[in-house]
Amino acid sequence: MNARIIDHPQFSLLVGVVFFMLMAMVPTGLELSGVSGGGIAQLDVLNKIGIYAVLALSLNIILGQTGLFNMGHAAFFAVGAYTTAILNTMYQWPVFSTMPAAGFLAALFAFLVVMPIIHLRGDYLLVVTIGIVEIVRIALMNNIFGITGGPNGIYGIARPALFGLVFSSVKLQYYLIWSFTGISLFLFYLLEHSRIGRAFNYIKHDDLAAAGCGINVARYKLMAFVLGAFWAGMAGTLYAANIRTIEPMSFNFYESVILFAIVILGGSGSNAGVILGAFLLVGLQDLFRGFDSARMLFFGAAMCAMMVFRPQGLLPPRRRRYNAWQLVGKFASAIRRSYPCDEDKRNDR
Amino acid sequence: MEEFFQQLTNGLAVGGIYALIALGYTMVYGILRLINFAHGDLFTLGAYLGFTLLVSWGLSGVLGGLAVAGVLILFAMGLVAIAGCLLERIAYRPLRNSDRLTAVVSALGASIFVQNAIMLVCGARSQVYPTGILPTTIIPIFGVDVSAMRFLMFGFSLLLMLLLYGFIHKTRLGAAIRAVAIDQDAAKLMGIDVNRIISTVFLIGPALGGAAGVMVGLFYGQITYDMGFSFGLKAFTAAILGGIGNIPGAMVGGILLGVIEALGAAYISIAWKDAIAFCVLILILIFRPTGILGERVAEKI
Repeated sequence: MNARIIDHPQFSLLVGVVFFMLMAMVPTGLELSGVSGGGIAQLDVLNKIGIYAVLALSLNIILGQTGLFNMGHAAFFAVGAYTTAILNTMYQWPVFSTMPAAGFLAALFAFLVVMPIIHLRGDYLLVVTIGIVEIVRIALMNNIFGITGGPNGIYGIARPALFGLVFSSVKLQYYLIWSFTGISLFLFYLLEHSRIGRAFNYIKHDDLAAAGCGINVARYKLMAFVLGAFWAGMAGTLYAANIRTIEPMSFNFYESVILFAIVILGGSGSNAGVILGAFLLVGLQDLFRGFDSARMLFFGAAMCAMMVFRPQGLLPPRRRRYNAWQLVGKFASAIRRSYPCDEDKRNDR
Repeated sequence: MEEFFQQLTNGLAVGGIYALIALGYTMVYGILRLINFAHGDLFTLGAYLGFTLLVSWGLSGVLGGLAVAGVLILFAMGLVAIAGCLLERIAYRPLRNSDRLTAVVSALGASIFVQNAIMLVCGARSQVYPTGILPTTIIPIFGVDVSAMRFLMFGFSLLLMLLLYGFIHKTRLGAAIRAVAIDQDAAKLMGIDVNRIISTVFLIGPALGGAAGVMVGLFYGQITYDMGFSFGLKAFTAAILGGIGNIPGAMVGGILLGVIEALGAAYISIAWKDAIAFCVLILILIFRPTGILGERVAEKI
């Protein structure tokens, strides 16, 4: 018996709960520690990290769990953010009520765009999704349908409000963004441990074998894209409400590269790794603001070095564990029910 | 009619450049099955090296116009070839046996690295090539005045492509490159040094890209540190259009894409010019993923 706590099936859930309890204490902690400005600047960075974490988690479904090289995630993000901005500034919808619409439109967009190309293999998919994100950016720049505001984008997005509580301060925004991150993380944890999550992983490792086991590969791949895009669209709402001004250049190819890098460097397929990746890439970027021009240089070099020395990422996903004893138990009882043996009959009497 | 002819010649000139860059993509893909994302940035490197040379050496005063262009292109080709070879050593060779995604991410990292290195050294502002190096004569064809520079560009890229074609098909080294592209293990068994061949490909591809960089500088007159991204992506589109891994395909695809883009910009909308190339990319991958000249391969795309 050398049961370590790490081996416990609910270990990752436990870590998650502890992590979010710590995160909940951060604003108070910053205030008490007497950082200049009450920690507003730090909270701002954490907000940004939170939004990137949600986005990267949603990309993780597509790239990490299902193994589809999606370099166009910023396009889904853009659809969500612009949906919120347009509905809010032109039709005066409250920000929160635009969230389902943003998610839904992003998912619909993903469905329509990805359906014809879902059969493409690996790097071809990568190049097409780069094409998609560029087309979306160009369309936004050219003021498509006359509602995106062209290169200047849309400004004056309202603050989100819930039951009369307006999320206006940085601190309230922080709680909003990180509770959304927490909820997303929990749902993605459930997804990962569901039948669908297992199907995704199977496709990632061997899609031919998955097809052989009766998994409709194309449908599940499309499902991964639609789910990821839905969440990216909702992250778009959060982003639009946080930054309040959106412009096409916020959704360019390099946003996609950063999201891609967060997932790959953090540990593709592992939620904890993705969160760590978001902290490292977005947080460090902010720390190195002084070396602004050399930042991307290091970023590129780090990507190369990481692939050479630790291609599985910083925190790769743990092996799936099944409680074999429980499965045997289920199986045995099933046998008993269908073929009752003498002993059972005797007991029945 | 005049507009059409102007755009057609313009498209041919740009298409020649796309084709030169596309050759680098297609050769690397043919051998390593890797999209060399950094190739577009090596092309930018070529443009900047040519620029530096032109300005610091003051070449334009010493030699005649065409000779200057020739020297510049040769020099840029040599230096970019070395850079390409180094890139392969550092970023790709250690990943030769790992899975595709790993190499692709490394290629992306290399691309970001090279692009930002250029930006740090040469500045983020765009640079302007000195004018008056290439002849600005106007040639009247069918009553339409066409700049001679376009024909010069197109002719020169055609010349480079023919040289490459001859090299690949007529020399021993070319035969070895074709063999490695077909089957690396079998080539190894036949006594071909696969590593050397891969290095050779990383010399030739970037050299052509570097030449294209200088030509863009001379043709458009303006270069920016991030132009490699859009040129690279379009050249890659051209390579897929012609059938990736296929050398004549890259030539045809590049020229075709240049013409489609120029005509599309003229007759559809100039603001959507960049989107046209990406739409072509998506359509070709949906309807004919093997490209125009690509053969049906066993591996499904």
